[in-house]
Parts: sequence; C-alpha cells; structure tokens
Amino acid sequence: MVNQYAAWKYILLFLIILTGLIYAAPNLYGEDPAVQISHRVNLIDEAELARISDLLNSEGVEYRSIDLETGFLLIRFDSGDQQLKAVTQIREILDNIDNRYGVALNLAPATPEWLTGINALPMYLGLDLRGGVHFLMEVDMDSAIEKSLERVAGEIRIFMRGEKIRYKSVQVNGEKISTRFNSVAARDAARLKLEEEYRNFLFEDTTDGRSWFVELSLNANALQAEKKSAIEQNISTLKNRVNELGVAEPVIQRQGDDRVVVQLPGVQDTVRAKEILGATATLEFRLVHGSFNDWNTAAASGKAPLGAKLYQRSDKSPVLLKRGVIVTGDQIVGAASGIDTRSGTPNVTITMNAKGADRMSKITRDNIGKPMAVVFIEDKFEYREIDGETRRFKTTDTQVINVATIRDQLSKRFEITGLDSTREARDLALLLRAGALRAPMLIVEERTVGPSLGQENIDKGFISVVVGFIAVLIFMAFYYKVFGLVANLALSLNLVLMIAVLSLLQATLTLPGIAGIVLTVGMAVDANVLIFERIREELRIGNSPQASIYAGYEKAFGTIADANITTLIAALVLFGFGTGPIQGFAITLSIGIVTSMFTAIFGTRAVINLIYGRKTVSRLAI
Amino acid sequence: MGYRKPAVLMSATLILVSIISLAILKLNVGIDFTGGSVIEVGYQQSVELQPIRNALETSGFGDAIVQHFGSAKEVLIRLVPKVDQDKAELSSQIIAVLNEASDVRIDVRRVDFVGPQVGEELTEDGGLAVLYALIAILIYVSLRFEFRFSLGAVAALIHDVVITLGIFSVLQLDFDLSVLAAILAVIGYSLNDTIVVFDRVRENFRKIRKKTAQEITNISINQTISRTLKTSLTTLLVLLSLFLLGGEVIHSFALALIIGVIVGTYSSIYVATTSVLALGITRSDLLIPEKEDEDPRP
Repeated sequence: MVNQYAAWKYILLFLIILTGLIYAAPNLYGEDPAVQISHRVNLIDEAELARISDLLNSEGVEYRSIDLETGFLLIRFDSGDQQLKAVTQIREILDNIDNRYGVALNLAPATPEWLTGINALPMYLGLDLRGGVHFLMEVDMDSAIEKSLERVAGEIRIFMRGEKIRYKSVQVNGEKISTRFNSVAARDAARLKLEEEYRNFLFEDTTDGRSWFVELSLNANALQAEKKSAIEQNISTLKNRVNELGVAEPVIQRQGDDRVVVQLPGVQDTVRAKEILGATATLEFRLVHGSFNDWNTAAASGKAPLGAKLYQRSDKSPVLLKRGVIVTGDQIVGAASGIDTRSGTPNVTITMNAKGADRMSKITRDNIGKPMAVVFIEDKFEYREIDGETRRFKTTDTQVINVATIRDQLSKRFEITGLDSTREARDLALLLRAGALRAPMLIVEERTVGPSLGQENIDKGFISVVVGFIAVLIFMAFYYKVFGLVANLALSLNLVLMIAVLSLLQATLTLPGIAGIVLTVGMAVDANVLIFERIREELRIGNSPQASIYAGYEKAFGTIADANITTLIAALVLFGFGTGPIQGFAITLSIGIVTSMFTAIFGTRAVINLIYGRKTVSRLAI
Repeated sequence: MGYRKPAVLMSATLILVSIISLAILKLNVGIDFTGGSVIEVGYQQSVELQPIRNALETSGFGDAIVQHFGSAKEVLIRLVPKVDQDKAELSSQIIAVLNEASDVRIDVRRVDFVGPQVGEELTEDGGLAVLYALIAILIYVSLRFEFRFSLGAVAALIHDVVITLGIFSVLQLDFDLSVLAAILAVIGYSLNDTIVVFDRVRENFRKIRKKTAQEITNISINQTISRTLKTSLTTLLVLLSLFLLGGEVIHSFALALIIGVIVGTYSSIYVATTSVLALGITRSDLLIPEKEDEDPRP
C-alpha cells in the first residue's frame, strides 16, 4: 500500500504524452491557401514542374511556393486574395498549352515536413467546418435495367434474323423482353435457340390467343451484376465530371446498393455543381425515316410506322427517325466546344472511339445524300403523390437538335451544331467527355455549407470548447485543491490525446464531433470526481491518507469501468446504426471515453503517487 | 429517498404530459425527417424580411417560411415539402430569386435538402439506433448486475427520453438530426449516472446486513449524491458554454442535452432505484454467486 508506481509506468506515461503531443501538433499550424494542378492523363513530373514554374514566373503570377506532390503540383499562397487572383491567371495560361490540366482551389495543411514525415497530419475537417457540398445521389436502377434490356433486344433482333427465325416483334416491357411470334411452333423453335444463346435469362411462354410470346427476364445473378456494373460506371463517370469541375480532394463513394455519396470540399458554385453531376444529357445519332409528309401524318395519328419512332425538333415540329441507332453517347471519347466558323453558332467537335467510328463511317458511306439527325436526350424527375405515397416519375426529354444531309463519309471526328448557347455547348462537351451516366441519378439529399459559415462554425466550436474547458478547470481546482489540479492536468492531457487520436485516425471532425469533445470534457472529470469522493469518504471514516488514496482508487475503479463501458456500448451502437452527424458525435465520444479512462485513472494516480507516495502524509489537500 | 412518493407523482405527471403533448402537438420536426429544403443566406447588412417574402411570392414560392436566423443579417428560408417540389434544383431557383431581389450579391451560407425517401429513412434509422442502444444496454447491465437492475436502468432511460421529447414538443422547439444525436447522448449520460448509483447499491447490499432493501438504497443514494451533482454540474458548465457560444446550428443540440442532463440526473437518483425496489430486489439477488466459480463454463 505504498502508493508507488514502478518506473516503467512513468516511462509508458511519458511516451504516451510525447506521442500525443507530436500527433496533436500538426493542428497548430493551420492551412495555406493553395492551388492544385493535375493532368487528366499524365502524372506531373519534375520536368513539368520546372516548365510550369518558368511559365508562371514569366507571366508574373505571384505565389509563395510551388511543390511537386505525388502526381500533381501544389502552389501555396500568402493570402486568399492572392490565391483567387492567381487561379484565374493559371487557368488561362495552362488552357493555352493543354486543355487537359485540372486547376483546383485547395487549402493545404501548413504542417512542417518533420511532422508529415511521420504521418502526423492535422484533423480532417468535415464539410460543415471547411465548407463545401455533400450530395447523396440515387441511381435509377429501373431505367438502368431497361436500358440494358433495350440493348439486348437489339441483339436479339439481329440474332433471330441471322438464324432465319421469323418473329413479329421484340419489345421491352419493364423488366422483360417480349418476343412475339405467329405460331406456337415458331415460338418453340425460337425459344430453343434463344435459350442456348442467352443463358443469363429466365424464359417464360405466354399467349394472348392471337400471338405467342417468349418473355425473357434477367436471372437474379445477372440482375445483381447489372446493378453493380451500373453503379460502378456511374461512379467512374461522376469522378470524371468532378475532375472536370476542378475540385481538390473530392470524395465519391458508393453507399448501399443504389446510392453514391459525393463530397466536394470548397465548392462555391453549388448550382453548377448540381447541374453537372446530375446531368444525364447525352447524344444519339440516327438516320431519318421517310419524308416530310410521312412525319406530319405520323404526328397527326400519333402512330409511327414500323421501324421508326416519332421525335420532336427544337421548334416542336415532328420528325420520324429510324429505330436503329447509329452511335450513342457512350461511344464518344472526346468533345470540345467552339464556334462553327461558317454559321458563327456554337458547336461541339466530337471524337468517337474505334467501334463508334467504324459504325459511323460505314453507315454514312452507305447513306450519302440522306439526312441524319442528332438527338439530345435528358432525363428529368418529378414527384407525384399516389395513395398517400410519394413516388418518383421519370420523364425523358428527347429533342432532335439537328437534322443535316450526309455530304461525306464521316469517321472518327466530326462536328455538330444546333445548340442554343455557348454555355450549352460547353456543358454538353464536358458531359460527353466525362462519359454518360449509365442510368440517371437523382440528388436525394444535399448539405451545402458556405465557406463563411464553415469558418464561423470552427471559431464558435473552438471558443465553446475553450470556455467550457476553463470553467471545468476552475471548478475542479476550487473543489478538490491539489487533487483538483492533478485532475486538471489529466483533463488537459485527455484533450491532447483526443486530438492526437482524431488526427492519427484521420477521422472526419464535424460540428457534432466538436460537441462530442465538449461533452467528453464535462464527463471526463466524472472518473476523478468518483475517485476523489471515495478518498474523502475513506478519510471521513478515519483511514490514513495513504490508505485512503489506495482504497479510493481501488474501489472507484469498478464503478468507473462499468459506467464507461455502458456509455461506450451506447456510443458504438450510435456509430454503427447512425448516419452523418450522429456518427461524427459517436466517434469523438467513443475516443473520449477511452482516453479519459486512461488519463483520469492511470494519469492522475501517477502524479498523486509522485506527490504523496513513499512518505508520511498527515493530511491530504482534497 | 424520503421524497419517493412525490417523485413518483412528479415523474408520472411529466411523462403523462409529455405523451399527451407528443400525441397532440407532436414534435416540431425539421426537414431531416420530413424532407424539404432549408436555405440560409447572409447579407452585408441588416435586411427586412417582407421584401424577400414578396419576391419569393411573385416567383411562386408563396409557401416558403422566411425568418431571421441568429442576427438580422442572416435569413433562413424553409420550404415545406410539397408534391412535385422536392427537387434539389429548388434551392438553386430560390437563390436566383434572392440574388435578383438584392442589390448586392448574397452569401449562401447553408443549403440543406432532404428528399422525402431519405427523410423517412433517417427517421427509421434514428429510431432503430435508440432501440438497439437500449437493447445493448439491457444486456450488458443484466450481465454485470441483475435483470431487475437493467429494467430499472432502461426505465430511467425511457423516462429521460420521453420527458426530453415531451419538453421539445410542449415548447415546439426544432427537432432535427442533431437533437436526435443529443437524445442518444442523454441516454449515454443518464446511464453513466445510473450505473454509478447501482454500483453503490450492489456494494452496500453485500456489505450491510441488518437493513432493509429500501434503507440500503437510501444510504447508497446519499453516498453518491455529491458525486452525481458535481458531475452534472461540470457537464452543465460545458453544455452552457456550447449553448451560449456554439452558434445557431448547435443551439437545439445543446438545449436537448441540457434538458436531458437535468432530467437524467434526477432520474438516476429517483427513478432507477425506485424501479429496482418496486421490482422487489433483495440481498440474495446480489450475493456473489459462488457456485459459478466452482463450476466453470464448458
């Protein structure tokens, strides 16, 4: 009962304090306004660093430093004004030499190298603190499936023609492809062949008395695979689009089966971000069917002849296009907007991939002198309430933006016109470049925090932690004297350790997270209050000071452990089942519980033993 | 514990009032749960609300709720969810209208949009989180103490949650996702308090032989009350700092915690132990089970 700690315990405590201080230190250095330069295709290397910095110097761009990070350049500035001035200059300079550079505003941690070398980084601030946009986007799976069934239906038509199977029609109805035949015999023969070719499908025979059908639907595995690939392709498209927007450190993550989280720190123009991310605009090239008279008759009756589909042009006049598509937007690999030299209207120059170019050149070669149409397709959503339940409806806005006679055989590169504005041309080029979304996406949640509010949240969060902390320190010193001061040391160490752990884990710190820290400060003293009250009790029943210290720590330990473990369970459950703000709060609370148990029991005991241990004490200052 | 009867009466009344209020007035739930949009904008100087309302009205947003937020320079616009209006573009349109109505460029401070489906999910997930937390606690306390203690602890927690929700309902305070997090924190906090008291009760049951169960709980509560009050005081100190200095966004969160901590402190003293006593706890329930030590589990 000598209230003495072995030397190794002090060494351990010292090491933990040291590690805590080192890993909490990066948070003291703040951040520099910076600009990040990357290239869409290549990684930037030393040679390019030299080239770009020469260019910036000769153009008189003011900056503090320029460094090569892994694959991109980071230019630091002395002030935000300097940064904003420079970013426009840099964009112009780089656009002139190569339009594949991405220039993004960023805040770069000003942590010195000896700290970053050992992976000591400042805490990762959430969007509510640094400002930015958070979107939760949902993939419309029904239309993803429908689209891929449309593709298969096209293949089936070609397949059956190749196999000389006589069919009446092949159509997509929701989740099924319905092929129609004139007789049972024809249907059964076709089914045999189809079953052999399309192994991913389930087959079902039906009839309405006049015709016989085979209905194909994807089997469970194929359906799952289709959904997975749809969301993956959408994510990769979103990544491309975000790169086009020029955002530093974006987060694009899958969440659940059909959702994607997109976080864009520091984005100010959320309106444009929303338009670009959610845009489903794409192009299709089709041959025109029939003549002007056919179009009007079809529009009047509302019925398109076999093999054709009725469309509207920009001026609402009708036009018939062939069902077979020449090429679709996903075969486009490059697109640049500009001004058409002949007409002076905005245009987009398109580059196709090999497969698309091949098809385009074959079809245009065979159809010289005939008209071809460019179809602009965009999906839109609206909500309607049905039987008390809000449901989503998709409407597709399809518009023929251009009908032109094919004069020459087209190939890899060609240009299209008929766009309303340069802005529309620019956005369309961006979207075509970034690739189409496999299926339309809808923003189901948005959280935008402007930069001014973000800074305000940091300041207010900081001030409330400091004031609350000091209030507790004063209270403890006043109530428990020497022991209170020891508890205050532990409390300070707890704060340092929490920040160190948060920095080490690079867990996202949000405003509710700060609230978690504040709350932990309040609750962390609980362990010490429990111990000190026990010591007072022991003294009151006449035990010696040394015995009281010993008994106080021993008896309080079980209580502290029980109380903290139950709270930890609650915090972990919150983390597991909660979302967003709840998780942010749960993570700091959990870390705080663990660190506070260490500092309040082990930490204070070490100091108390140093003060009172190994000597005769007549009374305790408690 | 001489105040047990008045305490039971008070708790019962508070719970009754809370439940009635929750049933009639309901909670003033924010867009996190209902779906809808909230837009917070900042102006260079103080701004009148009426011109903003008029501008929105002429643009077809007559049902938008416009109010000052924090100061006269900040304006909060709330759009109740309406069929065919739950679109993310809505906020863009509002911002455009506001920009047009103002001479200087406005600062968009915050946009929250929650789709109706997501709102439903958040409500469900939040409710489930509370439920799972309660179940996990029930199991742990049963293992560490005794089944009746875990019922007592959970009774105290439900008491705290219902009354905190009730106060939010009676005063029609904003109930958003952060308040839900606060409620969950209250669960953690109140539990902490309750466990400390239970721990003492268990210790005394094993130590003091010649007193009734009620006398022993009285002694235990008196022994721990000074600690309970001090911890609550330090926690309230930091919460007050959060409430007063933490800014508008954290206001309801801090308030929910302040209410919860006060109710939680009270409940861990009166409700938790009263429930355990009412369930008929005796000394023999808490004696260290010696048999189990001789008979190790397979």
